[in-house]
Amino acid sequence: MAERVFANTSQPLSETLGMAPVDPEASGSSRVNVGQTERIFSAAGGALLLTVGLRQGSLGGFLLALAGGGLVFRGMSGYCPMNEALGRNSAETGEEAGVVEISKSLTIMKPREEVWAYWRRHENLPNFMYHLKEVRQITDKRSHWVAQIADSKLARALGSVEWDADIIDEVPNERLVWKSIPGSLVDHSGEVRFNDVPGGRPGTELHATIKYRPPAGQLGTAVAKLFNQNFKQMIKQDLRRFKQLLETGEIATIAGQPSGRKRDQLLENKPHQYSEPNQKHESLML
Amino acid sequence: MKALCYNGVRDLRAERVPDPTIINPKDAIIRVTYSSVCGSDLHIVNGYIPSVLAGDILGHEFMGEVVEVGSGVKKLKKGDRVVVGSILACGECQYCQSQSYSLCDNTNPHAWMTEKMYGDATAGIFGYTHAFGGYAGSHAEYIRVPFADVGAFVIPEGIPDESAVFASDAVPTGFMAADMADIQPGDVVAIWGCGGVGQMAIQTAWIMGASRVIAIDKEPERLRMARENSRAETLDFSKVEVMEALREMTGGRGPDACIDCVGMEATGEGWGYYYDKAKQSLRLENDRPLVLRDMIIACKKGGNISIVGVYSGFIDSIPMGAAMNKALTFKMGQQHSQKYIPQLLEHMQNGELDPGFLFTHKMSLEEGQKGYMMFNDKKAMRVVFDPRMN
Repeated sequence: MAERVFANTSQPLSETLGMAPVDPEASGSSRVNVGQTERIFSAAGGALLLTVGLRQGSLGGFLLALAGGGLVFRGMSGYCPMNEALGRNSAETGEEAGVVEISKSLTIMKPREEVWAYWRRHENLPNFMYHLKEVRQITDKRSHWVAQIADSKLARALGSVEWDADIIDEVPNERLVWKSIPGSLVDHSGEVRFNDVPGGRPGTELHATIKYRPPAGQLGTAVAKLFNQNFKQMIKQDLRRFKQLLETGEIATIAGQPSGRKRDQLLENKPHQYSEPNQKHESLML
Repeated sequence: MKALCYNGVRDLRAERVPDPTIINPKDAIIRVTYSSVCGSDLHIVNGYIPSVLAGDILGHEFMGEVVEVGSGVKKLKKGDRVVVGSILACGECQYCQSQSYSLCDNTNPHAWMTEKMYGDATAGIFGYTHAFGGYAGSHAEYIRVPFADVGAFVIPEGIPDESAVFASDAVPTGFMAADMADIQPGDVVAIWGCGGVGQMAIQTAWIMGASRVIAIDKEPERLRMARENSRAETLDFSKVEVMEALREMTGGRGPDACIDCVGMEATGEGWGYYYDKAKQSLRLENDRPLVLRDMIIACKKGGNISIVGVYSGFIDSIPMGAAMNKALTFKMGQQHSQKYIPQLLEHMQNGELDPGFLFTHKMSLEEGQKGYMMFNDKKAMRVVFDPRMN
């Protein structure tokens, strides 16, 4: 059984919430199968992706950061899942990466059917997950995800990050479980659950749990612990936008409004950058 | 357009900024005719509320004329003379549906900030720091009003602009203060703070049937207005031992309801003031809760405490034992503009409430710094900016 990484608790929230015990498959291990030069490039490129993804503050950004983390992992650990898939490595391993879990929920004042229908149509997701460029349905169960790396010259050079995911379980109007396909840069899975508000009150409780396997070994665990708080905030931001969109038909923003700041007028045209947790705001809060 | 921007602590400047535009379908653009200072702005100007950035446009109490509406605006139309509530509300979330508009889930784009501080996010407020949404304020020629159908109200004939502007914030805040105090006919009500909100709380207390209203402040002009315009008895805390006076004036019982219209920058005479002032200047405490302590001790057993003076963070040395053992009820919050404004406009039209006397100084945006300093030094009841003036 894989080791689990949680902040201060021994029981994962998903268990408390009664979510399905679906873990991402470990399609990799901690074995070295990447050459030295390649490792250095992987680590550097991955660190960039990780930084960009974290700055963007959304589920898309989160997945981008995951992908970046994967590359860092590839460089630092010397393990490449692609090499693995191609059968370039056959050595035995003793260690498997643990599962990191992030759970967030909120309440939406719309009937369960409506909330479900909007989410299940994956093409809608980029409307509130700002860093997804596109989600394309390939078959009923498989979808292709494209995260945009935008808004910085440096990052634009890297293009976009893509992956495939499968819906592995769904109960209409109740729950949706997905998992990245084996061989993805970072193995992740997720579940979204749609419950009625108890007591016959109107509205839908939305619970989202996302799990991923961080880069293996001590380094990976440390990285995962470091980022867990930020990722949580990012997922919350996406869910909040989802709620705003369903409840009011628009997403609250101050992007594009006037201010006496000359230099960052341009920056304000990018809603996601403006409404995310960032160092500038953080330090001002204290 | 011209706008009054924050540049640093006690440093405001009128600057040229881009005109606002419609961003979301439910937005409207209002040409501002009057925009008032508010006591709660002073907490920002004096540097006690974090997350204000240089270049932010201040101001949240305003009225004007609708000049443009988004495709999702149904009720308002171009040319309407409107007053806009200072707190934004979407009208759709569970809080808006139960008329607790200032708790709106959906109007704060920086919800994560207040959520970190308070455990929950609260609504956005115009011109009131990024923790409360970062919306551009009303001390400007034009302002973008999101969810305009929910927050902007057409002003009925017969209410002059000079009164109507206060229906944005001072009147509904004072009204809500008295409403939360649950005043029953015959109650004796004590109100701390005789600024715009305090004056309106006094007038509302009368509407709700109070038998006596005792107002507390130290500024002679404000005390005079409380007596002459709002018909309250007054206590000057720089001259009178307030706690003793309240006890004696109420036959030893204490007031049935105590209302805080002061908040975090209270001043006082005793040890408590210097204790809080010292901690606040060392940033060990955000707020100076002098009024809160006094209200708990002064209030009648089983009485009501209502708080509309703004607190932002942590407070010290609250006599919780007294509050618990005297079985006091506490109610507090930012005003629910959208709930109160329609009925207040009616009261104003009937002449039961008249906030016009609060309008003591009219200034241009260029005089913004001067206006705020006068207001800060209590040399003006309310300074109101007219962006059309030069």
